[in-house]
This record gives sequence, structure tokens and C-alpha cells, in this order.
Amino acid sequence: MSAVEEVVTEHPAVEAVPKRAMTLGYGTSLVVLALLVITPMFVKNFIIFQMTMLLIYGTAVLALNILTGGSGQFSLGQSAFYAIGAYTSAILMEQYNVNYALTLPIAGILCFAAGFLFGQPALRLSGVYLALATFALATAMPQLLKLGFFEKWTGGVQGLVVTKPDAPFGLPMSQDMWLYYFTLVITIAIYIFSVNLLRSRSGRAFMAIRDNEIAASAMGIDVALYKTLAFGVSAGITGVAGGLGAIAVQFVAPDSYTITLAISLFLGMVVGGVGWLPGSIVGAAFIIFVPNIAEGVSKGLSGAVFGVLLFLVIFLVPHGARQVALVGQQLASKFRKN
Amino acid sequence: MRSSQHLCIAALAAALMAFTSGSALAQKRYDTGASDTEIKVGNIMPYSGPASAYGVIGKTQEAYFNKINAEGGINGRKIKFISYDDGYSPPKAVEQVRKLVESDEVLVVFNPLGTPSNTAIQKYLNGKKVPQLFVATGATKWNDPKNFPWTMGWQPSYQSEAHIYAKYLIKEKPDGKIAILYQNDDFGKDYLKGLKDGLGPKDSMIIAEESYETSEPSIDNHIVKLKASSADVFISITTPKFAAQAIKKLAEIDWHPVHIVSNVSASVGGVIKPAGFENAQGILSAAYAKDGADPQWDNDPGMKRFFEFLAKYYPDGNRLDGSTVYGYGVAQTLVKVLQMCGDDLTRANVMKQAASLKDFEPDTLLPGIKINTSPTDFAPIEQLQMMRFKGEKWDLFGDIMSGDLSN
Amino acid sequence: MELFTNQILAGISTGAIYACMALAVVMIYQAIDHLNFAQGEMAMFSTFVSWQLMQWGVPYWGAFLITLAFSFAGGIAIERLLFKPLAKAPILTNVAGFIALFSIINSCAGLIWDFTIKQYPTPFGSSPFLGSQLISTHQAGMIGVTVLLLIGLYFFFQYTRVGLAMRAAASLPESARLVGINTSWMIALGWGMAAAIGSIAGMLIAPVVFLEPNMMGGVLIYGFAAAVLGGLTSPFGAVIGGFLVGIFENLAGTYIPGVGNELKLPIALALIITVLVVKPAGLFGRPIVKRV
Repeated sequence: MSAVEEVVTEHPAVEAVPKRAMTLGYGTSLVVLALLVITPMFVKNFIIFQMTMLLIYGTAVLALNILTGGSGQFSLGQSAFYAIGAYTSAILMEQYNVNYALTLPIAGILCFAAGFLFGQPALRLSGVYLALATFALATAMPQLLKLGFFEKWTGGVQGLVVTKPDAPFGLPMSQDMWLYYFTLVITIAIYIFSVNLLRSRSGRAFMAIRDNEIAASAMGIDVALYKTLAFGVSAGITGVAGGLGAIAVQFVAPDSYTITLAISLFLGMVVGGVGWLPGSIVGAAFIIFVPNIAEGVSKGLSGAVFGVLLFLVIFLVPHGARQVALVGQQLASKFRKN
Repeated sequence: MRSSQHLCIAALAAALMAFTSGSALAQKRYDTGASDTEIKVGNIMPYSGPASAYGVIGKTQEAYFNKINAEGGINGRKIKFISYDDGYSPPKAVEQVRKLVESDEVLVVFNPLGTPSNTAIQKYLNGKKVPQLFVATGATKWNDPKNFPWTMGWQPSYQSEAHIYAKYLIKEKPDGKIAILYQNDDFGKDYLKGLKDGLGPKDSMIIAEESYETSEPSIDNHIVKLKASSADVFISITTPKFAAQAIKKLAEIDWHPVHIVSNVSASVGGVIKPAGFENAQGILSAAYAKDGADPQWDNDPGMKRFFEFLAKYYPDGNRLDGSTVYGYGVAQTLVKVLQMCGDDLTRANVMKQAASLKDFEPDTLLPGIKINTSPTDFAPIEQLQMMRFKGEKWDLFGDIMSGDLSN
Repeated sequence: MELFTNQILAGISTGAIYACMALAVVMIYQAIDHLNFAQGEMAMFSTFVSWQLMQWGVPYWGAFLITLAFSFAGGIAIERLLFKPLAKAPILTNVAGFIALFSIINSCAGLIWDFTIKQYPTPFGSSPFLGSQLISTHQAGMIGVTVLLLIGLYFFFQYTRVGLAMRAAASLPESARLVGINTSWMIALGWGMAAAIGSIAGMLIAPVVFLEPNMMGGVLIYGFAAAVLGGLTSPFGAVIGGFLVGIFENLAGTYIPGVGNELKLPIALALIITVLVVKPAGLFGRPIVKRV
């Protein structure tokens, strides 16, 4: 309570991840890609649906990875952008009969703008304060969606039912399968875009800001521009994920986009490995499947089982799936030497 | 000789035909999820998340089906009850219901809880022609057999209940000034619409409305604001925690309007007792089921069966919790429908039987309230009786009123 | 005008709830430089423990003291067992740990005590305070205890060796170790104290909002907001922050037309963010100077 200033050496809130470690090697990438393309042909529609959700949440976690792992800004508010994307798609499809594929770039651009705008006041905040600001955004979103003022577009508390598209050109596949491949193509495109973004000048600027903001600014990087850009890009990608989510689930409602979603995405990022883009899908798998596993163990204590499993993961691999991948890489190179 | 041989053959043929057609009539018919030995019943409940208090309903139902199985099952078949947690989140609900239908291959989806979750799965289930039977929400839109022939509600809709209060107020307090506190979600808004529709041209009686979010820790300040409107009727469209807070605050600030509380929060053990019996004197509400905390039902045969069930199959269950009474009643209704199906356990027949309930009285409904359905009426329970809180229990009064919303 | 004063008074009484929680938040921040998401759940669990003791016949103040000791010990235990191993892990991993803890405690409380609401007694009674119908004696008592806690914390941090050691360990850990402070145990102590303060907050809040496992969810957000508004390094700021949030929220709900009532929380949070943009360390926090 004294007037003395508090001097701190700023520890980076997000630890640095070397650039080349941020992606998978080519071989592993091809294997994963093959799996993603081939599996749906052999499983039931329900599993395809789950895989679609896996890709969608993976994309959202990827967006958060760019923001937090890339530019070091802590965000608990991604669910807000996801919601904006979802509702944009739903409203355009149901109220204005726009083709579902067209709604996605619109959702993406809208959310980019929203993220960019939000990034402006967030410039002066960092760490805990930024967390609270993004938390505020996430809690505000369901209530904004319920506002009577918007009700004739959003459907208010009842939400909107969304029609799922059929495969085009009469292709012989189920709606689920078509949507999966559609999502897969978009996800791969976003992934490639993100990897290139992080390898580009902008990506280097992000990481410089993450590692030491003052030094970055002293080196001439336009910190304000890049921080808001990071927010914008991250929000835009999350918005596209949200739009896809709306189509896959065929329903949007304020209750679908609460702070619980934002926290889940955050956990997905941590489990996957902060800053490691391929880990996003591992993180997404964790947040989709582990609660089901926990429920299977004990319905009454599903939350506790989930918490215990989460603790296990973070004790064993505090740096997330990236740590596992690194260990795997080391083992593989040992094998090759022998 | 030939004609008598012909006759013999004809008679034999006729007899054979009678035999085979007779057994064709008694032939078993199954859809996915039903077999000679079991009937798979699917369900989703919020066992975690903001609505986890209602998870008790699922647990009660599981115990009830265990009891039915122990007593021989339904027409010799055991019920396999598969219940998943949706955390009150619509996307999770969609995932779990798809799992039930496509992976677990259940016959029916029974008593899924929550308006958002049910809205999310309605189109899918109707598209797949799987019964969405006895949904656990009072939203009014489940009674729509023309557009959604596979979806049926169970409890009286919120709008029906609100209509009954509106009728009561028009009759007993025609010059009253009404203040309303409502939860800002589908439950609260549906009720509010029912009140306004029920009051019709007299909806100018409403002079103040306050909504609240479930994330607010306490609604005390809303009460303060409503008191300042100098209303003399207070309608509390609230869930248990907030209903109790309202009762307590009203007493604290010495405001004594005519206080109506919605049926979901009328539980003696769950709401009135914690709020304080002395604060709740004279409160009005309506009910369709008996309250497990009310000693007047201690010797009622139906409730005695319910208490025995709890003691034997669900000892952790709290009879004071309205959710246990609810779960028991709706499970009993499902068992009745499945029994009525006999050996024709197709999904279409399940819906047909569900739409043919005539004056069915589960153990837990108030005397005089009966379940009736028809192909154009998918609202099983439409009657309620009003009650006033006196001493430590609810006193039912008046006639059984029908909140029937003639569409 | 009467409505205005009524809303201010009502805001002060809800604000007391937030102020209580905010003190626990500040306490943990002083110890670990971060916010603990599970703080509210720990407070809720402690309150349930005290309730259970009273159900078994222990009188109110006995249960209060036992719970305080239990919470203090519990906080230290949780830190030693669950978070000390994570000390070298990145901060975000620690945050994931807080979330896991939240999940575990909430689930266990639901299983042990179920989700029906329980009445919780107050030692202050519930009659109108000084004849005012807006503040009950309990709420006045709540404000009183919060102020007492605040004064206690102030003296602790400013004038005791342990308090000073804790502040040093949190802001400059390496230097603190060099002067012989056991930074690791300081963190544990911080956790214990935060848990104890949280339990007091829970026991004061429960009579108003009714005891149930989800009781602290909303309160925690407001507690964070209040602490951040007042300045995370200032217990005094946290308390003032709590009252300000309560009052502002009420006024926003009453006077902003149309959306005011439905957007109370977002508006309150928007206010806090605006204040932070202008004064990044909060109203009463110490300005933070960052070194490269």
C-alpha cells in the first residue's frame, strides 16, 4: 500500500518454443494425413461426426495456439469468437439462405474484425489482466446473444436450428462424410496457412513480442500492430471453426458457447503443448474424449475423474504432447543411429 | 368320395391357415434396440455442469428400472437403461444422442432433460424416426404432433401453469398490480409469455418485470427494485436456489404481496424449508404431483410404494427432493407404455401406444390428475391444482384446473 | 432519489460478498503471482465442512474455528502435494492445474452433499440493521468482518516479518532466497492463508445465497473483477473494489435503459477493463515498472 513502485523482471508468461520445433516432420505429417483421409470410409457415421468435431475443435485450439503460443497473449475468451462465427453461419444459412460454404469466409472475416477491434483495448493489458478481460468477453457473449434486441435474428434463448448440407453433385456419401471431408480440407488449409504465418516475418514478430515485448519494441517492431493482428487472425480462424461447428451440430444456442467452452479450448492448448501447432489435435482429442472416459468411470464423480486425469497428464508431461513428440523424436533418432 | 376328400383338404387347409394367421398376429416385431430379452432405453441428463442438481432424476430412473427388472421385466424383457451426461450443453447433447442411436442402438430416447438440449436433438431424432419420449422440460413446444410426430412431452407446460395463475389472479385479484421476477432463459421466458397470454387484455396488470441470470450469486437487489414498484402481487419464475432467496429477502424487507412461485420451486424440502417456514406462509403455487416432504401423503398407497422403492433400490435418494418423485413418475409412465406395446416393439408402435394413454394414474400424481394422450394431443399431463402454503406444508385448494392451451 | 440510495445500499450489501472473496484472491496473488480458479470451490468445500460439523452438533463458533484450521491445513496440503511438483512447469500448465482442482472439488462436493440447497446459519441474525430494510444485521456483520480481515492483512503484510518475507518471495524470489527466505514454504503459507480467508468468505456468503456446490461460481468472477479493479497488490483496494463493483452493477441495471438489466455482468466487467486501460495496476495497486 505504499507509494513505492514495484519493479519486476518480466518473466515471459509463455515460454519460448523454438521455431523449427513448432511443426511435425514430413514423414509423421503424411502418416497423420493418410489416417485422417482413410478412416472415415471404414467407420460408422457417428464416429465420422466425432472426427469432424475433433477437426473443428482442433482448429479452434490451433487459433489459440497462434495467439498464446505465438504472440504470448493469454486468452480465455475464444468461445466468444467461436460463437460469433457459429451464429454468423447459422443466421446467414437460415434467415438469408446463403450457401453454407460461403458463410465460412464471411464468418472468418467478421471474427477477424472483431478480434482486431478487441485487440486494441487489450494492448495495454497483459498476463492476469488480459486473462480477465478475455474472460469478461467470454461471459458477456451468451448474454449478448440472449438480448431481446437481437432476438429476431438469433432466436433468443431458443436458438436456431441449422440444416445440414447434402453432398454436392449427388456424390454417394452421407451428409456426415461429406461434411467431414469438407472440414478436413479447410482444416488442412488453415494449418498450412498458420505454419507459414509463424515462419514468416509476422510470425517472427509475434514470437519476439512473446519472448520480450520491450526488447521487441526497442528493435523497431510495431508491437501494437502485431499484437492486434495476432488477435484478429486467431479470432478469424476460431470464427471459421465456429461456423463449421454450427453446421455439424445443426444447432446454435447461447448455452452452447459459455465460458466452459473457452476453458476447454485453453485446456486443449495446454495438453497439446503450448505453441506446438500439431498438438492442437491432440488437445482437441483430450477435451472431447476424456470427459466421456471420465463419465464411463463414474457418473457421479465424472468431474473429479476428469480433474485427476488432467493432473496426471500435466504431472507426467507438463509441456503437453509436444514433450511426448520430442521424446519420440529422440528415440527415433537413437534407433536410426543404431 | 372326392367331394368329402376335397372337404377334408379344405378343412385342413382352413385349419392350417387359421393356425398360421393366428401366429402371424402374435408374431413379435422389433426395431433396433428391442429383442426377446431386452429393451434398450436411452437417456441424456446433466450429471455435471450448471444443472447438475437434476442428475438425480436419471439416477432415480435407473433405480426404478432395476426394480422393474428385479420383478420380472416388461413382458419378460429386461430394460437396459443407458444414460449419458450432456453437461447441459447442446453440442454435447447432440453427440451423446447420436451415440445412443447410432452406437448403442437404443429403441427410444427417454426423458432427455433441458430445453436447449432437446431443441438440438429434436430434428435429428424425428429425421431418424426415433421416439423422443416424455422430454424433461415444460417448454410448450413439445406438443406438436403434426410437425414432430416422434416428440412428446410429459409434465404440464410452463405456459399452461402460467395460464392457471393468470386465471386465478383475474378472478381473485382483478385490480392487482403484478411484479415479475424471471430467469433469463427458455424456462423464464416461456412462463412469462404464458402469463401475458393468460392475462390477455388484462396484462396491463403487470407493472414491473425483472430478469436475472443464473450466474448472479444473489437476486436480492432485484427484489428491492420490484418492491419499489409498489406492486401487490409478486410472481417468482425462479429455480429453487433463487426462489428460496426471494422468499427470504421478501421477509427481510417486510414486503408481503400475494406471492406466487412456480411449480419447479415448490418443493418443501428443497426450497421452502431452507428459506424458512415462517417466511413462506401464504405463498401460492400449483402442483400436479405429490410432495415427498408432505406428511399428508404418508399413508397414500402410491406414495408408500414410492417410499418403499427408495428404501430398497435408491437409499441415497432424498424423498424431499422433487426430482426423485419426478423421475419415478415419468419412469412409471414409460413402463406402462412399453407394457402396452406387448410384443410389437417397433418405434412406431411405441409412439402409437404413448399417444393412446387413457386416464393413466402413476403413483405420484395428485388424486384426480390423470394422463391422457391422443394422436392430436401430445401433452400427457395438462392439469394442475393450486395450493397455498400453511404451517409446514402445502394445502391444496380449489378444483383441478386444466391449463389446456387450445392451439 | 430514493431508488438511487436504495440501489446504492443494495449494491453495498452485495458488494460485501464480492469484497470478501476479493480478499482471498489478493492473498493468493500475493503468494503466487497468479489467480487461482479453484479458490471459490475451496471456499465452498470449507463451508460445507463447517455445515457438516454443525449438523453433527458442533456449535457455530466451534465449527467456524475448526473449519478455519482445516482450511489452512488443507490449503497447504494442496499446494505441497499438487502444485509444488508443478513449480518448474510453465505458468499455463499451473493454470490447467487450477482448473483440474476446480473440477475435482466441485464434483466431490456434489457427490458428498448433493445439489439441493441448504440453509446456513449466521451468527449475526437476520433482522433489519438499524431499522433499514435494505441491510440486514447479517450483511452489516459481513461488512464488519471483511473490514477486520482487511486491517489484519494490512498489518500482516506491512509490519510482520512473515508478511514481508511473503511479499519478497512473491516479487523477487531469487533475491529473497539470497537473504535466507524459504520461498517454497512462503508459497505454501500463502495458499494456507488464502484458503482460510476463502473459508471465512464462504461462511459469510452462504447465509445469503444458500449453500450448494455451485454457490461460488458467480461469486468468484466478481471476486476476481473486484480484486483486479482495486489492484491485485492491495487488500484495501480489493475491498473497495468489491463495493464499487456491487454498486456499479446495480446502478447499471437500474438506469441503463433496455439492456442494462440483462447485461449487468458484462457492463461491470467492461468498466473494470476501462479502468485497467487507464490505470493498469488497478485503482490502488502499485504501479508496475517492467525491466527488460
